[in-house]
Amino acid sequence: MRDRLRAWYNEELSGMEEFLNTEERPDATRVERKSAVRRWQEQLLANPEMQREIQIRQKRYHTLYRVVAVFSCILFIAVMLYVIAHFPRFGFENPRADVVARRYLDEGLKETGAVNIVAAMILDYRAFDTLGESFVLFTALVCATILLRMGTRDKEGTMCPVNTFNTSLDNILNGVGFFLIPCILVFGVYIVLNGHLSPGGGFSGGTILGSALIILSAACGFKTTDRIFTYKRLNILSFAALGFYSLSKGFVFFVGANGMHNPIPKGIPGAILSGGLILPLNIAVGLVVACTMYGFYSLFERGRIGHA
Amino acid sequence: MTLLEVFKIILLILLIVCAIGVNLTKRLLPAIIIFMAYSTIMAVVWALLESPDLAVTEAAVGAGITSILFFLTLRRLGREALIDPADEQEENPEADSAQEGDS
Repeated sequence: MRDRLRAWYNEELSGMEEFLNTEERPDATRVERKSAVRRWQEQLLANPEMQREIQIRQKRYHTLYRVVAVFSCILFIAVMLYVIAHFPRFGFENPRADVVARRYLDEGLKETGAVNIVAAMILDYRAFDTLGESFVLFTALVCATILLRMGTRDKEGTMCPVNTFNTSLDNILNGVGFFLIPCILVFGVYIVLNGHLSPGGGFSGGTILGSALIILSAACGFKTTDRIFTYKRLNILSFAALGFYSLSKGFVFFVGANGMHNPIPKGIPGAILSGGLILPLNIAVGLVVACTMYGFYSLFERGRIGHA
Repeated sequence: MTLLEVFKIILLILLIVCAIGVNLTKRLLPAIIIFMAYSTIMAVVWALLESPDLAVTEAAVGAGITSILFFLTLRRLGREALIDPADEQEENPEADSAQEGDS
């Protein structure tokens, strides 16, 4: 079987050279040569033996693919079930593995000043992870800008071929947006600012702010949001937020690593101005996330942010 | 068994049904809507598991923005992405026969 395939393959390879020699003139350009190769490939594909060979290979590949897929799925499920069987029961403590968690729960309020231990964890103990996540989001926005931005010449958005339905003329969307957008905005701001006191924080609040902006631009048209969000302002805002995060957290890391006294006051637990750096960091993360979400929507919808 | 536990079990079953349904749906638009339903159920499950911050994030990101981006991508892809693969298979033999007739 394999010999036959190889022989057939070699034979056709020599056939290609002949084909190219007969077809190709010495002064042939690259395009002509390319089209000659394409014609040769079409001729090959028209060969019934070739078609049969391709079918056999496809069939074999599909069988192999299915077997491997089912096998790896079953293996994965078995491993996961085995792991889950060895977990402690839901809601019960595992005294060997929960040392770190116990430390966070016992000392978190004293060490960070945040009532919400989750915020203390993601923005104080594990602040470096959150910095990485913010940068991942920002990088994603940059990639989307590179891929989807249409160029500055196109002011009218005519290069977007699909924007046929003008949502800003829709009465229902307009009316619902009129009542809903302020509520969503207030809720988002509340979640961002209260991140260290109640569930929530920069990521969830930022997403809610971003979705409010998306609804605003869908209900009232991009004219409204373009007044607030130009491309330049979005860049400056993201840069300022990420730079502030990096610098402040770098300062804290530097101070902590060298055993110096941390000058940032922790405040009274439960007050809005407490938790040291957690509140400003929440605001920074919220700004980055809101900018990213609105930028994604704007890029996907019309290929640009703001006027540029 | 309390009412809350029954509710939880129903939610988890729906979650599994949605997860399998997304894979089995051939058309893209219903798949996205099922994915939205999955995210919404997941948000409720997070709330029941006493992590409301995750619930808020899941509802906003999973059910909201991800789905909007999926819809926009689908619209960019245009009509071709919305055609049922079953319909496409019916159309293909005609195209093949037309090519043969030309040659």
